[in-house]
Amino acid sequence: MLANGQNLNAAIALTRFGLGAGPEEIATLGDPRGWLESQVRETGAPNPPGAFPGSSERMEAFLAYRADAAQGRQNSRPDGAPALNREAAPGMNRPPTSDMTATSPEPGRPDPDRPTSEEAQAAFDARRDSRRELVQGVAQEFLGRTAWGATTDAGFAERWALFWANSFTVSATKFQSAVFAGQYEREAVRPHVFGRFEDLAVAAEQHPAMLLYLDQAQSVGPGSQAGQRRSAGLNENLAREIMELHTVGVDGGYTQGDVTEFARALTGWSVPLGGGQGQAGLQNTAMGAGGGRRGQGRYSRAQAALRGEAGENGFVFRPIVHEPGARTVLGKTYSEGGLAQGELILRDLANHPATARRLARKIAVHFVADDPPRALVDRLESAWTRSSGDLAVVARTLIAAPEAWTPQAAKIKTPYEFIVSTHRALGTTPQRPQPLQQALIGMGQPAFSAPSPEGWPETADDWAGPDALVKRLNYAKTVGDLARASDPNAVAEGALGERLSERTRLAVARAESRPEAITLLLMSPEFQRR
Amino acid sequence: MTQDPKTSLTMNRRFLLGASAAGVSLAFAGRTAAQATSAAKMVVIIARGAMDGLSVTVPYGDPNYVALRGPLAIASAGQANGALALNEGFGLHPALAGLHALHGQGQLRFAPAVAIPVRVRSHFDAQDVLENGGEGLRQQTDGWLNRALAAGGARTYTGLSIGPQTPLILRGEAPTSSWAPGGVVEGGDRIASLLQDLYVEDPLLGVNLARGLETEGMAMAAGDGTQVRRNDVSGLGQAIARLMTGPSGANMVALSVDGWDTHARQLGQLQARLTGLDQVVSGLRTGLGDDWDDTVVIIATEFGRTARINGTQGTDHGTGSSLLLAGGALKPGGMIGDWPTLADNRLFEGRDLTPSLDVRSVFKGVLRDHMGIDAAALDTRVFPGSGVEAPATSGLV
Repeated sequence: MLANGQNLNAAIALTRFGLGAGPEEIATLGDPRGWLESQVRETGAPNPPGAFPGSSERMEAFLAYRADAAQGRQNSRPDGAPALNREAAPGMNRPPTSDMTATSPEPGRPDPDRPTSEEAQAAFDARRDSRRELVQGVAQEFLGRTAWGATTDAGFAERWALFWANSFTVSATKFQSAVFAGQYEREAVRPHVFGRFEDLAVAAEQHPAMLLYLDQAQSVGPGSQAGQRRSAGLNENLAREIMELHTVGVDGGYTQGDVTEFARALTGWSVPLGGGQGQAGLQNTAMGAGGGRRGQGRYSRAQAALRGEAGENGFVFRPIVHEPGARTVLGKTYSEGGLAQGELILRDLANHPATARRLARKIAVHFVADDPPRALVDRLESAWTRSSGDLAVVARTLIAAPEAWTPQAAKIKTPYEFIVSTHRALGTTPQRPQPLQQALIGMGQPAFSAPSPEGWPETADDWAGPDALVKRLNYAKTVGDLARASDPNAVAEGALGERLSERTRLAVARAESRPEAITLLLMSPEFQRR
Repeated sequence: MTQDPKTSLTMNRRFLLGASAAGVSLAFAGRTAAQATSAAKMVVIIARGAMDGLSVTVPYGDPNYVALRGPLAIASAGQANGALALNEGFGLHPALAGLHALHGQGQLRFAPAVAIPVRVRSHFDAQDVLENGGEGLRQQTDGWLNRALAAGGARTYTGLSIGPQTPLILRGEAPTSSWAPGGVVEGGDRIASLLQDLYVEDPLLGVNLARGLETEGMAMAAGDGTQVRRNDVSGLGQAIARLMTGPSGANMVALSVDGWDTHARQLGQLQARLTGLDQVVSGLRTGLGDDWDDTVVIIATEFGRTARINGTQGTDHGTGSSLLLAGGALKPGGMIGDWPTLADNRLFEGRDLTPSLDVRSVFKGVLRDHMGIDAAALDTRVFPGSGVEAPATSGLV
């Protein structure tokens, strides 16, 4: 039996820093702070178990699908509309990955790709199947991650990784980035969450998921070799969002000119080309891979680039579209250096004081309160600055901060946290993607599908609106109806320990049925908050 | 603002002068402000992601339009897949056939060059300003539609947001409800009252769950009409309309439509988005029945997109965009505000459509003349510090 204060601290460690407590966890957690610190590891946050393809393998499947789709459209569409339009345009307000489990075109909507001739039917079916396969891969990744959250004994490392994935959001609202959503978290985010922030930033921005999500992959320097030959040009989306959302923030002191300059520096950051585009791209890359590089083997290197082997995780730098020349961002001039130029700017942005300030606050908001104590933000910011953005130091500072251990649970769980903590409380794991996704859609947080590059919101106002609470209640009732727990009182004790209020304890004890008891527990303020 | 002589022949620049020179006026058809009762309804549709105004209200009469937009330019009215003619060299995007039909009935107005009062190109900052109604960044933590509810005075207006999260525009002290398709809980449920006992010290959860259940009850009572199928946007419009009709129907409704950030391959994306938007409005009209005559729908976005096409068949974050008003309560009329033209020397920072009208003017016009909100309250409480931006009055509703 633990001392009283110890039990409360164990409950806080598991529910506020972690993803919720399982039946025996609070009672057996001897050293809450030590348990948290042991999860801060140089190797990053563990990957969810299971065999999932890496980005390079995934890229091949994606390019094959894309080539098929482009071919199919050429055959069936007289208007010559560019391929991928439909993928770039998920339905209005529809949670876009809700077709994670869809097997046919939406009802009531004519499918423009449906072929009229019989010989085209087979090709159509093949395309549909390969799209479905890609989509189901994403669903399995998400299911695997949720199951990991429900079972891991390193809940803090998991929450910390999810925080950074959200901070560098890649959303499945776009099909191209949806395809790589799982790979992105495993390859770009998790390995770096206890390392240097600048390395996390470089890994995130260079991942195909991000390059496709924020349109960087297609951006072409107007003065580059490719830009001079055809009508293509800059896309400043990624450059702007790096500054506004990933690093210094909208008040970071940059101008439109800085955004454009950074966008120019980032040209060339791309992904392998596919299909007919690939052939042209291959020629271009072969001719353009000059610079300081050896001439020998250019062609084979270009071929390797097409196969996604040129960079880590499917990242490709294409000199032929890189805007030549020096760039000036935030008053500092960066000489031409190909790939290194954009990387240097990114690292400087990552190490900018405004980035430290902004992310210190974001961490405090995520873990502690919508309006966090000033002292906590200062503490995190100074740890960040002192350590030059060493996220292990920042994490340890959060763990050591007294403000993070106040008994008052200020944060409303997000729908995902609510679902994962429900599984933990009941000792269950999600089995199928579809019910999970349906519940998340209802509560407003569909899988991998943050509404914008800003990521999922963080405050009670965002998550505890009238309709969202009705949907949470629906979910709690469904769980309550299915729960096999023999003793709801023990479930309540296990999930909350000393955080369980007398009022909720009594309500659970007096409930007229087991389902009602579980529903009341899951909807209680102390379970909804953390 | 002076006019570019080059465009004066084709683009008929127009000020609709209200009581104050800056304004555009929206007095509502057959009714004065004093007669506005709680029957009046408004729906604010926020197009999130920066809707490209130059593709919504297409300025095909502007000689610079085609050159700036290249392959993204919508053809002139009368040409194949061309714009649907409005007035003065403007036309609606061809996907907006339903709205164009309303125009034919005098139930559509358009403001081709509006903006929020702050010049920012961040979606999030700009949406905040669009919704909180402030003069600058981060001046309000609640939304102007919520404050308008509170300013209704003797008229007891009710507010409703669509979707699982209450958007900023409707957040604030005045109680509102929210609804999204797909609920199964019944309001009178035993568990709901047990939960209220648990929530005595957590008013946020208590109040919001009660409101949610109340609205859910209304939706259930309305019958199978609220079983909205995925992607059935017209059905969504009709379902919302049902929550706006009858004695306890909502008066002020906020709805978000996402997906307008068309950095690449804009043509296809906009076609899909605008088709959906058109269907939502058609659904509202059908569902509202006679109440359509008391309704104004506002379609607004946080900012527009660059006048020039970018390198990826899309457009980047810009400034001025267009705003649409639809509804049976509107008076027939054309363009609201001024057309600054797309001439090189008229572009904002050399890249964006220059706004000629503050969006708050239009909001204020609708709130004053259609919803009957007191003008002084609009200047001080609903849109603090906005006195200089007169309501877009004279001839709107």
